[in-house]
Amino acid sequence: MSLKADDVKKIAHLARLNINESDIDDYATNLSSILDLVEQMNSIDTSNVTPMAHPQDLAQRLRPDEVLEENQRERFQKIAPATENGLYLVPKVIE
Amino acid sequence: MEWESVIGLEIHAQLATKSKIFSSASTAYGAEPNTQACAVDLGLPGVLPVVNKEAIHMAAKFGLATGSNVSRHSVFARKNYFYPDLPKGYQISQFELPIVEKGEMEIELEDGSTKIIGITRAHLEEDAGKSLHEDFHGMTGIDLNRAGTPLLEIVSEPDIRSAKEAVAYMKKLHSLVQYLEICDGNMAEGSFRCDANVSVRLKGQEELGTRAEIKNINSFRFVERAINFEIDRQIDLLESGGEVIQETRLYDADKDETRSMRSKEEANDYRYFPDPDLLPVIIDEAYLEDVRKTLPELPKEKRERFISEYSLTDYDAVILTGSRDLADYFESVVQQSSGDAKLAANWVIGDLSARLNKEDISIDQSPVTADMLASMLKRINDKTISGKIAKDVFNAMWSGEGDADTVIENKGLKQITDNSAIEAMIDEIIASNPQQVEQYRAGKDKVFGFFVGQVMKASQGKANPAQVNEILKQKLSS
Repeated sequence: MSLKADDVKKIAHLARLNINESDIDDYATNLSSILDLVEQMNSIDTSNVTPMAHPQDLAQRLRPDEVLEENQRERFQKIAPATENGLYLVPKVIE
Repeated sequence: MEWESVIGLEIHAQLATKSKIFSSASTAYGAEPNTQACAVDLGLPGVLPVVNKEAIHMAAKFGLATGSNVSRHSVFARKNYFYPDLPKGYQISQFELPIVEKGEMEIELEDGSTKIIGITRAHLEEDAGKSLHEDFHGMTGIDLNRAGTPLLEIVSEPDIRSAKEAVAYMKKLHSLVQYLEICDGNMAEGSFRCDANVSVRLKGQEELGTRAEIKNINSFRFVERAINFEIDRQIDLLESGGEVIQETRLYDADKDETRSMRSKEEANDYRYFPDPDLLPVIIDEAYLEDVRKTLPELPKEKRERFISEYSLTDYDAVILTGSRDLADYFESVVQQSSGDAKLAANWVIGDLSARLNKEDISIDQSPVTADMLASMLKRINDKTISGKIAKDVFNAMWSGEGDADTVIENKGLKQITDNSAIEAMIDEIIASNPQQVEQYRAGKDKVFGFFVGQVMKASQGKANPAQVNEILKQKLSS
C-alpha cells in the first residue's frame, strides 16, 4: 500500500503533528513500508485465531468503589501554563 | 408523498458510583472546579487506570434487566480525538466488545398497544470535562471534575418511528435506570442525556435514508421537539429536490430548531484500538447469578403486582410504578393506612402528584410524607373527616401545620356524625326555606342539592355527607 502526500498530511493533522512540507515524501515512503509489512501479515489465515486484546493473557483487576483521592488542585495547577478561579485555561476553543 | 421517519437513540446514563470509572476521585456533583480531578483524570504521564468494580456491576444489572447478553469478555478501547476537556487525547470507551449487547425495551404507545425497541448495545466509557466559554482574557476555562465519571451509553436499534415513540422509550429507560439504582436520572445535572439519529424515507422503502445526529438533548420535551423539527427539515429538503447530508446537529431550544455543527468534520476518524493500559474484563456465570439476585422488582413486574394485589386499574398502576420512589411511597401509604388501596392511589395520583408538579419537586421532597398521608386516610376511613375536608387537612399538612390529627384538632375539622346535631341543622334550614321545600315536593329534584349545600354551609363542611343525604331525604319527603 502506498500513501500519498495528502494521506500523510491527514495523519499528521489527526495526531496534531506539525511536519515540514519537505519531509512529507520521506514520511510517505516510510509509512508505506510499515503498511506493506502489515499487508504481509494480513496474508496469513487467522480465521481460527481469537483476536488478542492484550499481550498478557490476564483478566482486568477491579477496584472497590471508594473515594480515596484528596484535592491536590494546587499542586497540579502549579505546573499548568495558565489557571484562573480554579480552572485550567487553554487557547479559545471555537465551537 | 408519504414519508416515514426512522429514529435511533443513544442515551448516556451517568452511573451512580461514588468514585470515577478509572480513578478513586469523587464523582459528587457541584464541587469547586478541579478539586475532584486527580492525576489519572488529568491524564498526567505515568498513571494507570484501574476499573471500578461497581461500574461493571451496574452495567451487568442493566444488561440483565433488559434481557441483553452480558459479555463474559469485554474490552476497553481508546477513542482518539483532541479537545481540551479530554486531556489524554483519547476517551476510554468500548468499541468492538462492549459489556452489554442485544437487549430490548417494551414501550406503550398512545393507542394502548405495545412495541419492542431493540437495544443494540450498552458500553462503558468515561465522561469528559467541561469547557467554559465565558471570556477568560480570550481563553477557555476547563473544569475536569466530570472527567472520568462513568457513563453507560445505551444505543437503540433504529426501531423508533416517531418523536412520541422516542420520548416513550427514553422515559422507559429513565425509569428503569432509577429502579436499578444505577443512575440518579437527574437531567438538569446532565446525568441522563440523549443523542438522536434521525432519517426519513418514503413509506415502503427498504433502504434507510441519510441520517443526521442531534447531540445532547437534555429534556423529554426537547427530544420530542428536536426530532419533530429534524423530520420536517429533512422532508422539506427532500421534497424540494435537495439532499440530506450526514452530519452532527445541535438543537437550539430557544429558537426551536436544529443547526449544523460544522466544526466536527473529521469527527468520525476516531482510530479506536484496545487500550493497552487495561486488560479485558472477564465475567463468569456465578457473578451474573449474584447480580441477578440483587435485581429489584422491575417496573413491569411491579405494575402487574399492583393490579393483582391492590385491584388497581391498569391506568393507576402505570402511573404509580412510573418511578420507584412513587411506587414505594404508595405502598407505604397503603400499608400504614391499613388497607384502602384505591383511596391511597387516588390521593397519590391526584392531590399529591398535582402539588408536586405545581411546585416542581420530587416525591422524596414532599412535605407530606407517606406516614402523614396514611394517618390522614385513616381519619377518612374512621369517618373523623370527610373526603372533602381531607383536602383542607392535606393542604394544611403541606404548608407545615403538623400531622393530620394536629390539623384536625387545631382547626376543629372533626366531622359531625351525631344524627341529632345534623337533624337540628336540617330542621332549621327546612323551616327557613319554605319556598324551596314546596318546589322539591312538587317534583323539582334539583332543589335537593340546594339543601345539601345549605347544611354543609351551616356545618362548615363538617357534616357527614352520607348522613346529611339520608336525613334530608327523610325529612323532605315526610
